[in-house]
Amino acid sequence: MALDLVPLWAAILAFGVFMYVLLDGFDLGVGILFPFTRNQDDRELMMNSVAPIWDFNETWLVLGGVGLLAAFPLAFAIVIPAVYFPILFMLIGLIFRGVAFEFRHLSERRHLWDGSFFAGSLIATFAQGIVLGTFVQGIPVEGRAYSGGSFGWLTPFALLTGAGLVAGYGMLGACWLVIKTEGELQAWARRKARYFTIGVAAFIAMISIWTPILQPQIRERWFGGDHPLWLWPVPLITLALFAGLWRSLATARHATPFIVAMGIFAMAYLGLAISIFPMVVPYTFDLWQSAASPKSQAFLMIGTLFLLPIILGYTVYSYWVFRGKVHPGGGYH
Amino acid sequence: MPDALLLSRLQFAWVIAVHILLPAFTVGLASYIAVLEGTYFFTGRAVYLRLSQFWLRLFALSFGMGVVSGIVMPFQFGTNWSRFSDLTADVVGPLMTYEVLTAFFLEAGFLGVLLFGRKRVPAGVHFFAAVMVAVGTLLSTFWILAANSWMQTPVGHEIVDGRFVPQDWLRIVFTPSFPYRLTHTTMAFFITTAFVVIGVAAYYLRRGRHVEESLTMQKMGFGLLAILVPLQILIGDLHGLNSLEHQPAKIAAVEANWETRANMPLLLFAWPDEAAERNRYEVGIPALGSLILGHDVNAVIPGLKDWKREDRPPVAIPFFSFRLMVGVGIVMLVVTVAGLVAWRRGRLADARAFQWMCMLVAPLGFVAVLAGWVTTEVGRQPWVVYGLLRTREAVTPSLNASDVALSLFVYVVAYIVIFGAGFYFMRRLVSAGFRSAAEPEPEAPVPTPARPLSGATRAR
Repeated sequence: MALDLVPLWAAILAFGVFMYVLLDGFDLGVGILFPFTRNQDDRELMMNSVAPIWDFNETWLVLGGVGLLAAFPLAFAIVIPAVYFPILFMLIGLIFRGVAFEFRHLSERRHLWDGSFFAGSLIATFAQGIVLGTFVQGIPVEGRAYSGGSFGWLTPFALLTGAGLVAGYGMLGACWLVIKTEGELQAWARRKARYFTIGVAAFIAMISIWTPILQPQIRERWFGGDHPLWLWPVPLITLALFAGLWRSLATARHATPFIVAMGIFAMAYLGLAISIFPMVVPYTFDLWQSAASPKSQAFLMIGTLFLLPIILGYTVYSYWVFRGKVHPGGGYH
Repeated sequence: MPDALLLSRLQFAWVIAVHILLPAFTVGLASYIAVLEGTYFFTGRAVYLRLSQFWLRLFALSFGMGVVSGIVMPFQFGTNWSRFSDLTADVVGPLMTYEVLTAFFLEAGFLGVLLFGRKRVPAGVHFFAAVMVAVGTLLSTFWILAANSWMQTPVGHEIVDGRFVPQDWLRIVFTPSFPYRLTHTTMAFFITTAFVVIGVAAYYLRRGRHVEESLTMQKMGFGLLAILVPLQILIGDLHGLNSLEHQPAKIAAVEANWETRANMPLLLFAWPDEAAERNRYEVGIPALGSLILGHDVNAVIPGLKDWKREDRPPVAIPFFSFRLMVGVGIVMLVVTVAGLVAWRRGRLADARAFQWMCMLVAPLGFVAVLAGWVTTEVGRQPWVVYGLLRTREAVTPSLNASDVALSLFVYVVAYIVIFGAGFYFMRRLVSAGFRSAAEPEPEAPVPTPARPLSGATRAR
């Protein structure tokens, strides 16, 4: 029998989604920060700091979507209908913010497209957070299909994870601006980053308490049985990272806050993975039950193993081309 | 009250019909820009640089709209067609993932360099970025049409417990209809772009603006059309033969042919009456249909009555959309010939009626692409995977009509606002025109630090 590709696919898909969360996370966060300043020059710089890379960042979302379809089609066919409206809101939000990059330069009513950039970023982020919350709280299934109602996702827990992700992306966005800007704007971004960091810490604490209460499986994994001891480093490292982020925002460091904030996301993501694994349609189907046929997984794996390093290569290259601080007049318009 | 199935079909039709207009323009435009950048790189002639900068602004705008409306598409498979996803993902999923891995990342990765990097990377790298973006759009077309062609003429799989399981990937990618569909569609995209380029040039020439640039655009455009339009008619004919072989019910609907017969006429007009299984007000040319489809007046063409009613596609829509597409094709051929004549006589710049005509036909490529797409997709009905999986068996079971009605309403309103604004801005970019050669570029040279993230190590 051929090699079991399921764990490898789970890892690749998890990596793709994590890349999306980090990369589009910070540029969505820049949109979330927009209404906090009315200074048009600052908004220009904020926009220019992500303009050359945002659509590259968003491509990871498409990879996450079609990768799930290709590698774990049953999960795709059950999870996506369960979040019909959050997906709709996310897509509409992404549309309105995406076009703002081009439209705002061409319109006399620039504030209208600034508003569209902000509202689209906020709605898309909040909707993604709701998808996450719905996923964690579990999805009702009958046979091979979603069996819940149209608004099954509308729960206090999912609204909390939605708000939590808004804080998280806002934190990433502010830390990104600390790297890319200088002077007044950078000092402003540092202050905003601290507010959002407090918010993220509060949300992570609430979600960490609520999740084990909500889900016996997750409670069992973290507090019962034989694992708990070696799982402790996850929350402890998270705490240390928060302390590190707070300190680095107070000092003159430029890149450190963003790197540490990425670490916080990595820990939260790891915590989620530990809680859910090996379920991919919580709590009905695991990875193996949802997997595509071995022939499909193998066909796609050959290309992916070859292409992913190339993609990562020119990801690094394009970030390298646009390295350094953004300056006024940096756009192509 | 329409049901969730019909509303989901309307929703899919709406989101893809708007979306397809953007690749129809950007696939050709990406290649055009790559050619302009290459010509500038090798000849150093400034006119090509100005042309490229002008079209890059329009490309950025339409590409941005194409990206955001494109992201909607794969999620439709999950939200509204989850049964389709569950049953066919083993085949379709990898094809779509390969599109993302080979095409999306390539386009998006190099687009930033193409748009923002002229001052930041060497000229050769900038040209390379233009080529990569163009290659990305073509690869994207390749994979999407591979997936669509498999749904039209499915081979290379076996069916296990109702699910499609791949057997032979080469056969799945290169299905019998794929070469024709890929060629026909890609050429349609190039032709669409060429007509827009010619129309924009005509707009300037009529006003006596940007004469050098506009003449270059028209010559490049007509040069391409002189080859592609006749070739496209030939490919279209071959595509028709291929469909007759593999999707005969589609051809029967396209021709509104009810009875299996030789000497089938070519209907110029008719009003198909599906309840009565016949046409009203037929105007046709005897035997020409058989001659075109079978390359022989005695060729026997299957009629719709060969299929049970529930297996027949709707007739009126493909019948009319096909005639619209062919009609546009004929107009395109006429305009192309007129353009070549005007060029030969040196009249491109001053033939006012001719320039007026060029402006009028500028959007025709979009009409033909939409009409052709409607013909092929409606002609595939009632199947989503031809002959094997019915569209009504593909819809998400948990959907209810009011949810889909609401989401459809949101998509319609949002797209009208967004794409309406986009179209308005594109017109403004066109009427703003070129920057004059003397005018300096607005982009100031940016001091670039020697190391990445150098701010990090430079304590302030």
